Formats: sequence, structure tokens, C-alpha cells
Amino acid sequence: MTTLLDVAGLVKHFTVTKGFPRPVTTTVRAVDGVSFSVRRGEAYGLVGESGCGKSTVARAVLRLIEPDDGTVRFDGADVRAARGETLARLRRRMQIIFQDPYSSLNPRRTIGQALTEPMRVHGLASGRAARDRAAALLDEVGMPPSALDRYPHEFSGGQRQRIGIARALTVEPELLIADEPVSALDVSVQAQVLLLLRDLQKRRNLAFVFVSHDLGVVRWFCDRVAVMYLGRIVEEGSVGEVFAEPLHPYARVLRDASPVPDPSGRGALPRIVGEIPSAANPPAGCHFHPRCPHVRDACRAAYPGWRRRGERGAACVLV
Amino acid sequence: MIGFVVRRLMAAAPTLIAVLTLVFVIVRIVPGDPALVILGDQATPEAIAALRARLGLDRPLHEQYFEFLFASLTGDFGTSLVTGRPIVSEVAAVLPHTLDLTGAAMVIGTVVGVPVGIWAALHRNRAIDVAARILSLLGLSFPVFVSGIFLLLLFALHWKIFPVIGNANLADPVDRLHKLVLPAITLGLVMAAYITRVTRSAMLHVLSEDFIRTARAKGVPWRAVVWKHGLRNALIPVVTVVGLYVGILIGNSVLTEIVFNRPGLGKIIVGALNQRDYSMLQGLMVIYCFLIVVVNLITDLTYGLIDPRVKHA
Amino acid sequence: MSTAAVVAVSPVRRAVARFLANPTTGIGIILCILVALSAILAPILSPHDPIEQDVIAQLSPPSATHPLGTDYFGRDVLSRILWGGRISLIVSLTAIAAAIVIGGAIGMVSGYIGGRFDNFVMRVMDVLLSFPSLILGLIVVALLGPDLVNLVVAIGLTAIAPFARIARAPVLALKERAFVEAGRALGYSHARILFVHILPNILSEVLVMGSLWMATAVRTEASLSFIGLGVKPPTPTWGGMMRDGFENILDAPWLPIFPGVAILLLVLALNMVGDGLRDATDPKLRAE
Ligand SMILES: Nc1ncnc2c1ncn2[C@@H]1O[C@H](COP(=O)(O)OP(=O)(O)O)[C@@H](O)[C@H]1O
Ligand code: SF4
Ligand SMILES: [Mg+2]
Repeated sequence: MTTLLDVAGLVKHFTVTKGFPRPVTTTVRAVDGVSFSVRRGEAYGLVGESGCGKSTVARAVLRLIEPDDGTVRFDGADVRAARGETLARLRRRMQIIFQDPYSSLNPRRTIGQALTEPMRVHGLASGRAARDRAAALLDEVGMPPSALDRYPHEFSGGQRQRIGIARALTVEPELLIADEPVSALDVSVQAQVLLLLRDLQKRRNLAFVFVSHDLGVVRWFCDRVAVMYLGRIVEEGSVGEVFAEPLHPYARVLRDASPVPDPSGRGALPRIVGEIPSAANPPAGCHFHPRCPHVRDACRAAYPGWRRRGERGAACVLV
Repeated sequence: MIGFVVRRLMAAAPTLIAVLTLVFVIVRIVPGDPALVILGDQATPEAIAALRARLGLDRPLHEQYFEFLFASLTGDFGTSLVTGRPIVSEVAAVLPHTLDLTGAAMVIGTVVGVPVGIWAALHRNRAIDVAARILSLLGLSFPVFVSGIFLLLLFALHWKIFPVIGNANLADPVDRLHKLVLPAITLGLVMAAYITRVTRSAMLHVLSEDFIRTARAKGVPWRAVVWKHGLRNALIPVVTVVGLYVGILIGNSVLTEIVFNRPGLGKIIVGALNQRDYSMLQGLMVIYCFLIVVVNLITDLTYGLIDPRVKHA
Repeated sequence: MSTAAVVAVSPVRRAVARFLANPTTGIGIILCILVALSAILAPILSPHDPIEQDVIAQLSPPSATHPLGTDYFGRDVLSRILWGGRISLIVSLTAIAAAIVIGGAIGMVSGYIGGRFDNFVMRVMDVLLSFPSLILGLIVVALLGPDLVNLVVAIGLTAIAPFARIARAPVLALKERAFVEAGRALGYSHARILFVHILPNILSEVLVMGSLWMATAVRTEASLSFIGLGVKPPTPTWGGMMRDGFENILDAPWLPIFPGVAILLLVLALNMVGDGLRDATDPKLRAE
């Protein structure tokens, strides 16, 4: 399988200025050197606690926010160097599905408008043809064609998420970045939407970057997974291996504390002992050391380098 | 507290400079030569050139700008083209009349508006509230020159209780007050209408807050809750909004002064317009800017006094 | 998958219902329509020519031939009021429309771009806003010269800053919504996102404020005319008629009453409509 998306050394820092007239500026290292690659048709998972930078990675890859450093290559093309037309063409091939189905559709546009607009903008189809394609896409995501003339507020969260998926498919992408696509949905609906995504992945040979804080979901959906902690990937490997025998203590704690998917979708991750991590002020050395049961002197001195173990790897002195 | 005052003063400085820049731009953006506008079509080229030199219009724009800024900030607002007297003294001569009027209007507005607003909020959707809302809507729909003339028709012409001509003798307190009543009511009613509205909605907002509910649940009598907790918190938005209405107050005071033929800034400005006293207009605008910046500063500081949280923000 | 969509009463319909339940709004609308009709139909409704002088009928009190009397030049007051409504409506409508377009565009773009640019633009708007609008209008008209276009310019100028602020606030919230990001991911241009996607979402808020600012504009136009900076005589304007009436107040005390009532009615009606619309669309009230 060929590499479709290749991310190397991705960095995104936010500077937040608060207070007047004596402002205090803090730098949040939301993403601090993230590298991974996704193959064609592969489902790649990105897990970690809330605030560890998963959504920032997703947005930076698509350049919905400008990365500060690093390279993003899509099918060999340099995404960060792309401008205007080139960027629009690249973006067409990578689409995103958002967490909140309530804000991801424009309340003033019908579903039909939402689905045909991307086709018109990219010159893929217009008029009758666009409408037919939109209806076909709705059918593909399990919605009736009568939805075309309705407004988002007439649909439930799960239905809206299906519509959001259909909209992403209008431009025939090869990669879908799904940022917590089911965490805002009712548990009963989550499974249906996940099945739909899996179905689409197989049928259209879609590659996925699947962002989630829910290990159960990632384990079920993904082929490979990266575990993030405070803006960095601390472990990566095939889902089977990582969850069966985690190399990194953080990945282990994560796995041990998440027996079943949490219905509420929030707080699915355990309350791990130690102070709450802050990307604004990460601890020196290994960021996990204040909470790590295996901490040793070397951990406090410098951030541990990446150690490979065959197809997998982790950033921990124990490996 | 002192640190807070100093910081607010420093924050006001850029605003003042920006407003002064706006004045400079407005006066200069006008198409046509101001000298020509002032002197009229029949003026000789020599006369125009002389006036241009006198106004400093023959010099480069940036020079004019910095000199204008420097002069304004050091309190030199120029001299009237018509009378040749410094604008500051022209203004100082009539300022007491304008301050009498606006001050009295503010007092009327607050004394009427705050209690009525609170009363209406406490009796939400009852007859009192509906009446207060209708009256305040009416009050802020009345252009002051219309209400002023109507009051004049009734009280000065029909019943002859108050004088038509409003040029008060400042040294005679009775005369001063007598001639102030009608204009102050005219202007005060508008302010009362605005303040009623703001107080009412601020009070409604505060009454729905948790701490009021908590206080009531703890058994604090309703009257005490309203006065101690409600009023204090409702006054905060009222003070800021009153600061915002200074512009309305100033604009309306001009109209009121015209209707009641009172001396004041309003009459000066209209006189300057009629006589094309270009320097006077610019000077007056600068003075208004100072007034507004100062009033905004005062409301800011009052805000800080009522609401202790602001100091640390 | 079930085909039944969640049945909900549309927010628009609820707003309309609330709007109609409030009688002041209804009265306001009817008054506005009446004033607009009388201004449009002025040529038909007017019993006399509004600028034709009749020296014999100078300052005559209301009578059968002149229902509202005549002014100093013997012109029919009723006809002048009907025609004067045109000036008030034309000036304030165009001024507010221009302010909505210019101010709204400034606020939308500024809020959308954000950052330092937004800070700077809003600072400039604050400066414009801090200036008393009547004084600003007065000086602009005085410097440009009093005519219809300059009045529109002056009044429009005073309303640009408020509309910039009104338009900006919702844009700040909307641009964080995922549908904006989705649009960018789908390759939409910023212009398309701003004008096709964000604009329809803020339109109602802006238009509601438009009717309140119409009231202010009518009052400002009348005030400027009253000061003598309105459309030049003999064209009838309500403010100008107040001025004429005021000058003859001792000989004909009824003269300023009619144009005064006309101004009051229109301003009041616009305020009533604006208030009602605002209450009907205010999400805070909706939650109650
Ligand atoms: N636009 C932003 N401005 C400032 N800080 C941000 C912004 N977006 C995200 N962050 C911060 O970056 C960190 C990572 O956020 P995010 O990528 O949303 O995490 P996750 O998706 O893993 O929950 C958080 O600390 C968050 O507060
Ligand atoms: S590097 Fe040290 S502190 Fe960090 S996870 Fe490994 S053992 Fe724990
Ligand atoms: Mg996230």
C-alpha cells in the first residue's frame, strides 16, 4: 500500500494574551512535533485525553489553521506550500467530519444547497445533475431524498452527522479526517454512524484519520493508532499490538482505565493520578513524568527519544 | 485605586488623539477650498491667499496635523474668524448656561428614570410596567425641538408661567432657575426615558440572577434583597449607559438651546455655521471631543467604584 | 434509518407569532404604512400645491379649504406635511440602507478577519461612535452644503459605526461554528463563506436594528432641517416647517403643532416596530 498522507514534525503553538492593561501572554504548545503517515485505504487512529492536541493536528493537516512548522504531504504534494487553486484541489481530496453535528451545518441552507454547493464550486456537477448526485449521496448515507428540501433543524443529531458525511463525500475525497465523529451522539446512534463510516471506508477505499478520546471506538475502527499526550505522539503501532501490550506507561494507563466505551462520550478517559496536564506549561523532560509510576531521573532530564520496535515505536526510556 | 485611575487615563490618551485626528480629517476632507467657502465666490485671489496663510492651509498637511494636535492637547483651540477672540473664552462665557442645562437634565433623568425603571421591573407586565414602557418609548421618540416647542406653547404662551426668552442672568439665582425649568424638563424627559429603559432591563436581568434567588431562599426579606443586592448591581450597567448617552445629551442640548433661545454651546455652534466660522467649528469639535473623552473616563472610574471587580480586570 | 425528521415549529414562525401577539408592534406597523402611503400618494391626497404661495391666505387657522391652516407664505400646511413626509422617508431610508451596507460590510469583514486588524477597525468605529451624531451630522452638512445627497451622507455617516458593531458581534460567534470550517475544507472562498454563509445568519439582527436606526435618522433629518441645514426651501420638510412655525409662534401658535405631531408619529411608529422586532427575535427572550 502506498503512503497517502505523510506528516512530519508538525508544530502548532497558540499564543493567548489575557488581561488588560497588563496583559500576560502564554504559549500553548497544542501540537509540538507530530509525525505519522497514513496509507491509502487505511484507518489511522489518534487517541488521547481532551486537550492533548488531536483536533489541532486534524485542522493543521488540512490547513484550516496554519501550522507553525513541519511538513504535510498528500500523495506526494506539499500541502503547506500549496496556494490558491492547488490548495483548493488538494483540499478537495481530503475532507473533514466534525464532532458537533449541530454547528457543522449552516442553519439557513437546505440540505440540498449544502450538498450541491461543493459540486458547483469545484465544477463537478450543477443543476439537475448535482441534485441527482446529492440524492444518491443521501441514499449512500442512509437518508431519504426528501431530505434535500429540508433545513438542518428538522433533523436529529445522528441524521445531521450522516448529512455531514454526505457533504464531505460530494467532492470525492480519498482521505477523511473524522474529528470525534460520534462523541456528540447518543450511544444508540453512535454504532449506526460508525457502521456507516466503516461501510464507506471499505466501499470507497477511503483512508481515515480517526480522532477520538474513546479507545473502544478506535480499537474497533482503526488499523493503526497513535497515542498523544500534551501535543506529542508517545506511542504508535497496530491497534492489536498497542492495546494488547502497550509500550508507553501512559498508553497502558489509558488502556487499563477504559474497559467499556463511556455512554456519555465525555470523561471516557480515566482520571489518571497526578496534576492535570497543561499544554501551556508542559513539565520538563518526559511530559508524563509527574504522573508516571515508573519515573526515573533520566525522565526528568530530557524528553525521551523515539524508540522503534519493529513496526511500532514509543517515546519512553523504558522501551 | 490610584493605579487604576492612572491606567484608565493612559488608555484614554490614544482615544483622544484618534478623535482629534477624526476632527482634522473631517474638516479637511471637505471638497473645495475652505477659504473660498468662507469668503464666497466674489473674493479676490489675494484675499483668499491671505486667509489661507492665516489658517495655515498653505503649509504641508502633516505639518498642519501635528501643529493641530499639539495646539489642541495644550489647550489652544484657536481663535474665532469672526470675532477674533480665542475660542476658549467664547466658550467659557456661555459654558455655565450649558452646564446648568445638561446638569439639570441629568438630575431629572436620573431622579425620574431610576425609580420608575426599578418600579416597572418589580411589577413586570403589570399596568405600571406597561405604562412606564409606553411613556419611555414616547419620551425617546419625541425630538427635543418638538417637545420643547410644545412645552413652550403650553407653559409660556398659553399659561404664561415661564418666560419665552431664556437668556438668564447668571448672578441672579431666582432668574437663573426660573429660566432653566422648561429647557431642563425638555431635555430631562428624554434622558428620563432612556434611563427608565436601561434601569428596567438591568433590574430585570439582576433579579433573575442566582444570588438574588439564593438571598431570597435564605429568607432575606424581599425589600432588603431589592435594595441591597438588586439596586447596587443594576446601577452598574446604568452608569455605563448614561456615559453612552452623553452624545445624545449634547446633541439634544444644542436643539434645546435653540428652541429656548438660551445662550450656550449650541447657539455658538449654530452661529459659527451661519457665519462660516471655520476655526470656531474646528475648535468646538475639539472641545466636544475633550468633553466626551472626559465623561467616558468619569463613567469608567465610577464603574470601578461601584464594581470592585473592574479594578483587577 | 427512519425517514421522519424531528418535527419542530420553525423559529421564524414562532418569531412571527410573538411579534403579532405584541399590540404595540401591530400599531407601529400600521402607522408606518399610513405615513408611507400618505407620502407616496402625496400628489393625489394633497388639496393644494405645497409650494404655491397665497399671500391673501397668510397664516390662516385651520378651515375647510385649508384643514391644517396655512403658513407665513399662505401655503397649505396639510399639503406640505404630506409632501414633507417624502423627504423624511427618502433621506432616512437611503441613509440607513447605505449605513447598513457600508457599516455592515466593515463589521463583517473586520470580525471575520479578527486579530489586530479587527482591533484597529473597531477602535476607529468607537471613535466615530463617541462623537455626538447630531453634531457630526451638523458639521458634515454645514461643510458639504445642505442638499438631499449631503443630508444622506451626513446621516449615513453617523450610523456606519453602530452597524459595524451590530454586524460584527454575531460574526465573531458564527465564524467559530463548524460549518464555516467545513466550507473552508470544501474549498470555498472567504468571500463565499462571508456573504453566502454568514450573511444570511446575521441579516435579521441587522435589519431589526435598521428600523430602530430609521427612527433616529428621521429625528436627525428633522433636527437638521429645524436648524436650517435641511433640504433647501421651498421644498417642504417637517423640520423646516417646525422652524417656520416656530418663527411665527406668536402669530400662529398652531403652526408648529402639525409637523411636530407628524415627526413624533413616524419616529414613534418606527421605534415601536423596531422594539417589537427586537423582542421577537431576541434569543434571550426566546429562552424564557
Ligand atoms: N484557537 C486556539 N487558541 C488557543 N488555544 C487553543 C486553540 N485551539 C486549541 N487550543 C488549545 O490547544 C490545546 C489542544 O486543543 P485541541 O487540539 O482542541 O485538543 P483535543 O482535540 O485533543 O481535545 C488545548 O489546550 C486548547 O486549549
Ligand atoms: S519516559 Fe519516564 S516518565 Fe516518561 S513515560 Fe517513560 S518512564 Fe514514565
Ligand atoms: Mg478535539
